[in-house]
Amino acid sequence: MSRIVGIDLGTTNSLVAHVEGGIPRVIPDAEGRALLPSVVAWTPNGVVVGEAARRQLARNAARTVYSVKRLMGRGYDDVKDDLSRLPFPVTPHAEVVTIRIGDREVTPPEVSAHVLRALKQRAEAHFGEPVEQAVITVPAYFNDAQRQATKDAGRIAGLDVLRIVNEPTAASLAYGLQRMAEGQIAVYDLGGGTFDISILRVKDGVFEVLATNGDTHLGGDDFDRAIVDWILADIQAGHGADLSGDAEALQEIRLGAEAAKCRLSFEERTVLTIPFERFTYRRDIARAEIEALVEPLVAATLGPCRQALTDAGLDPARIEQVVLVGGATRMPLVRRRVEELFGRTPHSRLNPDEVVALGAAVQAQILAGGITDLLLLDVTPLSLGIETLGGIVSVLIPRNTTIPTLAKEYFTTSVDGQTTIDMHVLQGERELAKDNRSLARFDLAGVDPMPAGMPKIEVTFLIDANGILQVQARELRTGKAASVQVTPTYGLTEAQVEQMVEDSFTHAEADVEARLLIETRTEADTVINHVERALRQAGAIATAEERAIIEGALAALQAVRSGADRDRIRDLTIALNEATAPLADRMMEAAIKDAVTSRRADRLLENSESS
Amino acid sequence: MSDYFTVFGLPRKLTVDGAALQRRFYELSREHHPDFHQGAAPEQQAETLARSALVNRAYRALRDPLPRVEYLIALEEGREVREGATDKPRAPRELLQEMLEVQEALEEAKAEGMSPAAGERLREERARLEARHAAEADAIVGRAGEWDRLVEGGGDREALLEWFKQRLATRAYLRTVIDDLTEALGEREESDVSHRRH
Repeated sequence: MSRIVGIDLGTTNSLVAHVEGGIPRVIPDAEGRALLPSVVAWTPNGVVVGEAARRQLARNAARTVYSVKRLMGRGYDDVKDDLSRLPFPVTPHAEVVTIRIGDREVTPPEVSAHVLRALKQRAEAHFGEPVEQAVITVPAYFNDAQRQATKDAGRIAGLDVLRIVNEPTAASLAYGLQRMAEGQIAVYDLGGGTFDISILRVKDGVFEVLATNGDTHLGGDDFDRAIVDWILADIQAGHGADLSGDAEALQEIRLGAEAAKCRLSFEERTVLTIPFERFTYRRDIARAEIEALVEPLVAATLGPCRQALTDAGLDPARIEQVVLVGGATRMPLVRRRVEELFGRTPHSRLNPDEVVALGAAVQAQILAGGITDLLLLDVTPLSLGIETLGGIVSVLIPRNTTIPTLAKEYFTTSVDGQTTIDMHVLQGERELAKDNRSLARFDLAGVDPMPAGMPKIEVTFLIDANGILQVQARELRTGKAASVQVTPTYGLTEAQVEQMVEDSFTHAEADVEARLLIETRTEADTVINHVERALRQAGAIATAEERAIIEGALAALQAVRSGADRDRIRDLTIALNEATAPLADRMMEAAIKDAVTSRRADRLLENSESS
Repeated sequence: MSDYFTVFGLPRKLTVDGAALQRRFYELSREHHPDFHQGAAPEQQAETLARSALVNRAYRALRDPLPRVEYLIALEEGREVREGATDKPRAPRELLQEMLEVQEALEEAKAEGMSPAAGERLREERARLEARHAAEADAIVGRAGEWDRLVEGGGDREALLEWFKQRLATRAYLRTVIDDLTEALGEREESDVSHRRH
């Protein structure tokens, strides 16, 4: 069997990993970076992905797509609250939202496919041979449509997706390979856009998921958003400027908020500096301030944790290990709340950014036959049912059932001569069909015309090891298989995916070299932009000599930027970056000093007022 | 298709060694899970998938004592069993009278706008019903050994089966009333409607 890689397709960052000599390892890019930002930008030079695209976020906001995972397998109603916040235009179709890039409508799986393709190329460069098979992780609480959309993305990227694995379970596999102690463990996974809690029992190399729960719309992105709102209000109060309608400014604020949040996981205070055209926003932020903002969001993760424990039939005291996964679990507040709930100090001995990808690589190795002593038994996160008379849901497969699993249901006709029967399949925990998530409508065609109630059609609902539904039907009297026409409520039809796979061959930058050149140029442009801005703002901080050196490096890069020599462009970009680094450091220091001084001034003012 | 007891090589008895069942479940999973048949031909993979699904469902049905009784009844009656089925069994008549009174108390409390005192009364009532609900489970599991002896030594199994059915129906009915009370008290959680654990 050919090589199978493990991919963590994240909201914020994505990674690719494989098992080498029995040890799972992340495959870095040419610059040694493990994380690929899940950002795709459409530039005049072509499509760029990753760090180069991330740098386009503020400058090319309308054509730079990020956090697309939150749109995967979603319809308009699911995401309408998000739309006003997104700087790129989303077309609100009821079934599949699309993103308008110039004159093209792009679906979320196509955007994700760009990220996957970049990871595929990264792996191919590493191995020096084609990579065509992958295991891709998804949040455990992803529904059928979201899983299917992820699989579609893989196909569009030219990957055969052998398995969709749940992220918390993948993480536990990565730990499992490290000879994790046996017993009951809880995996708390708070990523960029989604939250999962999974309760597992580990015994004799079997990883049995007992229960899972979560929220596919809760993560670090929401933390950032709360902080952005707060900063917007602060700017309004301090500078009298309303920036809420300015896409570029919003992106600058979002990036600043994210960076400040990350720093505050390790420091008690930080200074946030965002230069705008007309003024520079500067704010000294204490950790407690951020914690107050995100506290309700962290609290929202605790309900699913309790539900998962109840479903697993366990008290918190029975959990012997609590594992933290996902970048957002670096926040001390998250750690405190998790510790309070389980009465146990959680740990994250493996890098929480990488552990899911490592686990995906382990699962890939299991599928390849390279690991035979580990077995993962996962569950379906949501109950599956069909709509019956009066809009009530009849549950066929309850949530937290070990997969693969199947249920059979029998149907007949209600009118003489009826030749088709339709079923409405749903996922969710509510009693009424309208409160659940519509999954698909199935039309059973080719029923022989008979008096009402005579045909007996057996329909098999099978949830495979990916957590994806397959439906088969046969007429029991004749034993004839009935044809099943599927109309997914949210998602692409088979024909649409086929078309996209084809398009990806014709439209995509088949030539890797051309693509890399575009990325290198875009990166050069970004650095050039930054340096030009720094030189304008530096004033007296920059010495004349320093200016001359930087301007020389700048001119050198500008001279080669449009050429075809990728290595030369990259070297000169690095050189320019290095030439500017000391100046950038001093500018940052000055900004911080400024902020500290103004804080002292504030304090003096306070003291004099109170005395 | 084999019944769930046969899948695990067990007699049709209600006393099951949980640890041994789990061990066997893991063994069967290692044998049939699709992870270990990735390279097989498509027809073979489909077969593996069906087999693996059967093992999983069988384990779920036999793992806990009460679902085990429910499965046994369905099996003995030759019915297709389905977990989480929404059709409620018919409750015994003597229970109906008593529950009618609870319903009346509930209507009254609603009529007076659910005062704190009424809420307190309903909560007490609910606690009493919860205790009975648990007691029913104990009673059912308590007679499991009796069934096993009937299987071994012969005798009238019908009567005991009928008794199990009655108790399960009573339990299901109690659950419905408890849920009604919880809903009226405004304490119902959205997420636990269709399939509570037993």
